[in-house]
Amino acid sequence: MQYSPAPLHIPDGFLSLVVSIICWVISAITLSAAIARSNKSLGERQIPLMGVMAAFIFAAQMINFPVAGGTSGHLLGGALAAITLGPWAGMLVMTAVIVVQALLFQDGGLLVMGANILNMGLVTAAIGYGLYRAAAAGNRTLKLTVAGIAAWLSVMAAALFTSLQLWLSGTSQLQIVIPAMLGVHALIGLGEALITVAALTLILQTRPDLLGENSASAKGSRGWVVAGVLISLAVVLLSPLASADPDGLERVAEDLGFLGKGFSAPYQLIPDYTLPFLGQSNLSTVLAGLIGLIVVGAVIVLLGQGLRAKS
Amino acid sequence: MTNVLQVHDLHFSYHDGRPALRGVSFAMCAGEKVALVGPNGAGKSTLMLHLNGILPDRPRDFVHGRGEVSVEEKRLTRDNLPVIRALVGLVFQNPDDQLFSPTVFEDVAFGPLHMGLPMKEVEARVESALEAVRMSGFRDRLSHHLSVGEKKRIAIATVLSMKPQILVLDEPSAGLDPRGRRTLINLLRELPITMLVSTHDMKLVQELFPRTIVMDEGQIVADGQTRDILENEELLTAHGLEKP
Amino acid sequence: MHFDAFDRYHETNSFVHRLDPRIKVAVTVAFILSNALLPDGAWIAFGLSWMLLLFANIFSNLGIAFTLKRSFVALPFALVAITVLFSIPGNPLASFHFLLWDLTISDTGFLRFVSILIRSWLSVQMAILLVATARFPDIIHALGHLRVPSILTTIIAFLYRYLFVLGDEVFRLMRAREARSAAAGRRSGRSVVWRANVAGHMAGQLFLRSYERSDRVYNAMLARGYAGHLETINPHELRRRDYITAALALLAILFLQLAGRL
Repeated sequence: MQYSPAPLHIPDGFLSLVVSIICWVISAITLSAAIARSNKSLGERQIPLMGVMAAFIFAAQMINFPVAGGTSGHLLGGALAAITLGPWAGMLVMTAVIVVQALLFQDGGLLVMGANILNMGLVTAAIGYGLYRAAAAGNRTLKLTVAGIAAWLSVMAAALFTSLQLWLSGTSQLQIVIPAMLGVHALIGLGEALITVAALTLILQTRPDLLGENSASAKGSRGWVVAGVLISLAVVLLSPLASADPDGLERVAEDLGFLGKGFSAPYQLIPDYTLPFLGQSNLSTVLAGLIGLIVVGAVIVLLGQGLRAKS
Repeated sequence: MTNVLQVHDLHFSYHDGRPALRGVSFAMCAGEKVALVGPNGAGKSTLMLHLNGILPDRPRDFVHGRGEVSVEEKRLTRDNLPVIRALVGLVFQNPDDQLFSPTVFEDVAFGPLHMGLPMKEVEARVESALEAVRMSGFRDRLSHHLSVGEKKRIAIATVLSMKPQILVLDEPSAGLDPRGRRTLINLLRELPITMLVSTHDMKLVQELFPRTIVMDEGQIVADGQTRDILENEELLTAHGLEKP
Repeated sequence: MHFDAFDRYHETNSFVHRLDPRIKVAVTVAFILSNALLPDGAWIAFGLSWMLLLFANIFSNLGIAFTLKRSFVALPFALVAITVLFSIPGNPLASFHFLLWDLTISDTGFLRFVSILIRSWLSVQMAILLVATARFPDIIHALGHLRVPSILTTIIAFLYRYLFVLGDEVFRLMRAREARSAAAGRRSGRSVVWRANVAGHMAGQLFLRSYERSDRVYNAMLARGYAGHLETINPHELRRRDYITAALALLAILFLQLAGRL
């Protein structure tokens, strides 16, 4: 049997430095919050639980089933992890999975790992948990239906985020990458939904206490519902918009100063990677990159400490 | 002789209400090697978990429990848990549960490290524990590369490194091939330490343990010389055991 | 069955193997960062980067083409970059007719496409070399030293340990499934939905087993004195040759950057 890589793991080289760093910052902030919350609210039992469950997600991704024409479907697991372990723990578990896949199997890059964590670990967990939590009061059928929809949407959201990052990096063209990625993942997401629902059904039958009132999955606040619904809405609204009117989206990005004109220089945070007082020299470009890195690093460290101090 | 371990009237039920222990009392002297036998579900594993205070420490699972466990005359309470856990070395049945670290060294060092020992002492204890189970060269090996027999021996080393007074082993010979089983028996025979071993392996009982405790349905139904118990066929049949 | 296929470490004695894992992680990240910083079409710098990689291969005692042979894992992803061939304005290199579209490859588009592929290909090779020359537990230690929060490194360590155990379980579940599906061929066993359902039940089964295992692991940790706070060991010490190697590697990377911009 082989370890089969999922098509969402972005390798190094495909995202621009600025997009990579922005994704790292978003992921690092979210993970700092997750760590602070885990240290605070989850018991000491949580460490081995998250550790073994990370191995579970990794192993569950190897369970495949033949679809058609030699392709096979398998699980990404972000929604399942968040529904069963709670959102913060689910995020940490998915992050560990993505780190090991990148480090050990080169499935996904290192510099772009922030993006991969964001797409496959954080967004999927937020959608999966948020939507499931919205149906928490309903009966079993409703819960499972919503869980299925959430699983499908989580894969679509991961695909959409990946597409947007590729586009902002100047690697892909928006009007092609979005329909292509979302088209493929609409099918992959169906597999995700079916596996997630079947797994949850079995868990509900065998150990209902794991998903009951006192379980980790019931401890997330109502804020998750809002977050999950908002991200889902964004996916639902943005995807058709992006494929129908890509020029519109590009204009928005341009107006926001994100996307450079003419598509060729899509990174503009420090204009053209140069520092004004040094002029357009090569040295200035290198220094600009370094300064950017240091600033980002400092922000991450400060945020991490701030969050830790609060908890 | 003083009792190293004393258990008095231990009762315990799991959260589903199923009583697992119904008044268990026994004592062990220093240096004694005792076998604990009985059918599945007799309460052997539950009893062993109690010996270093794992179950009562978990309020979620702890519904009904009372009784007393004393180790070296110290009564087990919430406050002296760390001390008791260092005195009672508990080795679980499945070595894949016992060995949870990536490398052998990290696993054997886990106990001493959590006792707050300095790094030098931790290193020394890892070395001597590995030597005691004849696995000195395995320090830097990865746990998942070990055979079942090697894993079992390393699992014993993980508690020996804490220098316990009593070794409590759950089914040490389960899943071993004949050679692995033989190596393990020799090892257990030579370890100079008080030992309580739960097992279904009646040959092992006969060969290694002068004293045997028989449990069934949460109670001790017999406690005496192994020789006598193995002769008592009526007792053995009544509790689903077989003469070796 | 053992999942040795998951082990990427290559046991041998070499200069690189003996380096502190922190240095290897840091140099790998710096190298990948350097690739990302190089502008499109910096052919000389790309070439020099590859030279650096070849040297690293040689010093690792693994054979000069070790990473090259394993470097094509990320290639399928190149598909997503294909559109840049046609979408960036520039001088036309070639144009052809494909189904409904007239496609023109521009020189700038071609430059960008090839540059993306080279960056990715170089980066992947350095990452391959990292796991081939540093044992994974040592990489976890390095991450701890490099200030990755201990809760994450602990989860990663557990994941690494139980990856092999649970991988084994999945293998057995899948083999049991195959043994029971009577019809031969890939499409055996009713509809896709039914097959997905079976896979889902396997995942659920695995979840429950894993959950119970985490309980037993927790007991085993408690029995050895765990009380909510994990003590970790970091047995590594930086020596002079580690510092020197790191300095030389970073200098080389800086030189690459300059070469890429001249």
